[in-house]
Amino acid sequence: MVNKKSLSQNTALLLGFLGLLLWSSSFWIEYQNKTLMLSIGFLMMSIGVIGYSYSLYFTSLAGIRNNGVWFSSLVSRSIWGWLLGLVLTGFYVLLYFYPEFLGYNEAGKSSGLVAFFDPLSVLLNGKPATQWFLYGTVYTLAIILFGIKFIFKYRNNRYQVFRTISVIFFQLGFAFLIPEILSKLNQDLPYFSKDLKNMWPLNYYFFEDWHFNNMLNGGNLGLFILIFGLLMMFVISPILTYFFGKRWYCSWVCGCGGLAETAGDPFRQLSSKKISVWKFERWMIHVVLVFIFITTIAVIWTYLGSETSGETLTRKYFANVIIGFLILLILVILVWGRKELNKDAVNTIISIATILIFVIIWQSKWNQENLMFVDSYSLRKWYGFGVGAAFSGVLGVGFYPILGSRVWCRFGCPMAAILGLQQRLLSRFRITTNGGQCISCGNCSSYCEMGIDVRSYAQNEENIVRSSCVGCGICATVCPRGVLKLENVSSKNRY
Amino acid sequence: MKDFPKKNIVILGNGISGITAARHLRKRTDRPITIISEEHPYFFSRTALMYVYMGHMPFEATQPYENDFWKKNNLNCIQARVKNINGRKKYLEFKNGETMSFDVLIIASGSKPNQLSCPGNDLNGVHGMYHKQDLDRLESLSHSIKSAVIVGGGLIGIELAEMLHSRGKKVTLIVRENSFWNRVLPDAESKMINSHIEAHGIRLLLETELKAIIPSEQGGVKEVITNKGEVIPCEYIGSTIGVSPNVDFLKDSGIALGRGVLVNSFLETNLPDIYAIGDCAEQTQPQKNRRPIEAVWYTGKIMGETLANTLCGKRKEYLPNHWFNSAKFFDIEYQTYGRVEADPDPKEQKQFYWQHQNKNQLLRLSYHPETEILQGVNVMGIRMRHKIFEQWLDQNKTLEEVVDRLQEAYFDPEFSKNPIAKIKADFAIIKQ
Ligand SMILES: Cc1cc2nc3c(=O)[nH]c(=O)nc-3n(C[C@H](O)[C@H](O)[C@H](O)COP(=O)(O)OP(=O)(O)OC[C@H]3O[C@@H](n4cnc5c(N)ncnc54)[C@H](O)[C@@H]3O)c2cc1C
Ligand code: SF4
Ligand code: SF4
Repeated sequence: MVNKKSLSQNTALLLGFLGLLLWSSSFWIEYQNKTLMLSIGFLMMSIGVIGYSYSLYFTSLAGIRNNGVWFSSLVSRSIWGWLLGLVLTGFYVLLYFYPEFLGYNEAGKSSGLVAFFDPLSVLLNGKPATQWFLYGTVYTLAIILFGIKFIFKYRNNRYQVFRTISVIFFQLGFAFLIPEILSKLNQDLPYFSKDLKNMWPLNYYFFEDWHFNNMLNGGNLGLFILIFGLLMMFVISPILTYFFGKRWYCSWVCGCGGLAETAGDPFRQLSSKKISVWKFERWMIHVVLVFIFITTIAVIWTYLGSETSGETLTRKYFANVIIGFLILLILVILVWGRKELNKDAVNTIISIATILIFVIIWQSKWNQENLMFVDSYSLRKWYGFGVGAAFSGVLGVGFYPILGSRVWCRFGCPMAAILGLQQRLLSRFRITTNGGQCISCGNCSSYCEMGIDVRSYAQNEENIVRSSCVGCGICATVCPRGVLKLENVSSKNRY
Repeated sequence: MKDFPKKNIVILGNGISGITAARHLRKRTDRPITIISEEHPYFFSRTALMYVYMGHMPFEATQPYENDFWKKNNLNCIQARVKNINGRKKYLEFKNGETMSFDVLIIASGSKPNQLSCPGNDLNGVHGMYHKQDLDRLESLSHSIKSAVIVGGGLIGIELAEMLHSRGKKVTLIVRENSFWNRVLPDAESKMINSHIEAHGIRLLLETELKAIIPSEQGGVKEVITNKGEVIPCEYIGSTIGVSPNVDFLKDSGIALGRGVLVNSFLETNLPDIYAIGDCAEQTQPQKNRRPIEAVWYTGKIMGETLANTLCGKRKEYLPNHWFNSAKFFDIEYQTYGRVEADPDPKEQKQFYWQHQNKNQLLRLSYHPETEILQGVNVMGIRMRHKIFEQWLDQNKTLEEVVDRLQEAYFDPEFSKNPIAKIKADFAIIKQ
């Protein structure tokens, strides 16, 4: 059914696979000259992916080329798709739970796949590679190479091109090179996250006491990261989201989003558009929101009880701040949410907030160790497990070929949940529908990676204001009738 | 014969017009509603059939509503062919002989593709592209097609060319006129599309007609002969020489027919309680500047909604306002608002036209020669806002003001290279 691949495409594919094989072979073979092998593999993969993309997209004029997507076994949830899903998931399971299989040795010198990356790791951060360095390298390379493929594919649309250059830049610079180099320059400092763009709650350990203390003991750099992190959370992010919607983060900056938009792009059509799945999504997002809220205050609560915290900020005071915040939230939702949100959402938020207020009042009265009756340590552990491993990695990426490229972003990401709430309530961003031009063809819905049924709005001449929309702009790009436009205009009359 | 306790409404055809009527009726009434179509039990988007063949979407994705939507909304969907209607006694007759009575009937039977008239037009391998069955047939033949000939230079013809081309078939497009779709498109637009078609590797034969189709030994097609004597071998012939209202089965119904079902501006036929909407309806008194039959998506939608109002006690006239439309010719998007003549009478219409030097971008504004009031716009490769142009047309804005405010209507994606400054500069030069 699919058009046959040309000779040049097949050659490029073969070269790329051989490069990957070369890297993977370090699993069994201990190479003498790792630098050479690493470079050769890198070159083969790069030439492979770029060459393949070039001959795939530059042999025809620029335009939407989704030809044969649903005939391809790899990206239409057929046998090859399932196999790829299995391989990816397997890799994540090893990475998170059995890194020793990859050659990682906590006590001493690593070997195998992990040690294969030593030359690069030493060059960048001065230390031998860990499994996380291996992962970071492969991850960044995937974003760069498949990002180039994406740019070739959508070269007729400058929004797509610019956005992709941006995610490549942030991944390569902010998530990969700068943190590695910073830790090389500051070898003696305790560990803390140096990825400036990775803010709480995506960086789920930001508020944990070890991380907090490490930042405080981390000299100027640590202090800078702490202050920048707080600024990012409470000032920069809300302002940017107000002006541009959550897309400024989700599809221009974020690394998870970056991988989804580049390596994950061929799988974007697999997201489910069913109404039932949308219901599940809303339910899930509310759970995630409540969970991050409770975890965060529980962590801070515990921290305030420990010796390190001093006397300036007491638990009582903190409890009052949180209660104040919750009351404010209820008021905002009552005044604002009435016309902007549906009734269920309003009721859910208000009842949860009310319950929280009572619990906190009751507990702060008794100065109990465990807020919400749960041990904040185990809460954190579960949160870290859920956010860090199970969801974003194993399910999020491993299941690309089964559930689409943004499962994690849609159902699990706490950052997306918070930005989404703001996008829905207080932002200038919307997708405008162009009058009566929609012909209900369904291209927009099909290629929305977040599973938004864009067509259901467009055909009724309604604008699209959805908290989950990451503003990738693909719906507007693939629409054959020029119906959709991502816009930041006044926050009034958005609908 | 089925009987209903309440006055029942039967909608014949589940295309965009029938479905829009049904949805809007269901919002306002709990009367029994039955929707009949032989094509598919549920509504799908005909305009998306091409994307199914090209592998952009699975067929289910062409259905704007999930399958349980109909049951949930108590809309009774039946897949069957209606053979005949008795408009006076108010019942339908199905192909299998069963009948069904109605209190109100909405005919929304759409169009059918016109047949080629040359010998060999009935061979297996000569097909139109309108119904889902046409798509299924094409799909089943597809593996044996190496070359295809498409006859007809219109919107469906070029889509069919794109479809076959995307699956690696060698495509020849045969057009009777001397340039693509130039009954509708002015010269520059039409020429732009000609060269774009050829840039994609499609062979475009202008001023050419089909003389005969030669059968193969297996009963399919072997080749075609053009009026210029050229022989083109092919395994598939797409017949896309236009559509006409699908009303043959109404011959003996007592409902007045012209080319389509004749209706007044309230969408009423000559018989009480029988209405017609969408492609199959022919207006006896069309609005100014509108044609009696307009076989496009949105007119069916507006008619469906209008009629639902009427049937729920708010008698409403069908008033489609300014003409608009859009299409995509391979990679070039086309939008039009208002009236832009392909070959204007200089006393009626003048045009300002701008084209990008080396990109496929074009804008044409038409206006009245004396008053300079805007009459319409064509854009190729640029997106424009529907609502803004509708306002400008309503408010009789002049050409100069429209050019001046063009940015307000600009709808291209963010970061696109904006051509408006260039358009304005060129306009200023012409003005002098
Ligand atoms: C390939 C293609 C691309 C198109 N692209 C565009 C576009 O881009 N923009 C645009 O504006 N328009 C486009 N159109 C035109 C548009 O699709 C039609 O105007 C629109 O679908 C008409 O809708 P309708 O509801 O009037 O009829 P239809 O969609 O034709 O529905 C009529 C239904 O009634 C059924 N029916 C008819 N007679 C009987 C009977 N006797 N018994 C049982 N069932 C019956 C038919 O099977 C059919 O399912 C396109 C059409 C085609 C074929
Ligand atoms: S609605 Fe459009 S912009 Fe938003 S996530 Fe979906 S495809 Fe991307
Ligand atoms: S892709 Fe465009 S025309 Fe098609 S359904 Fe979506 S908005 Fe409508």
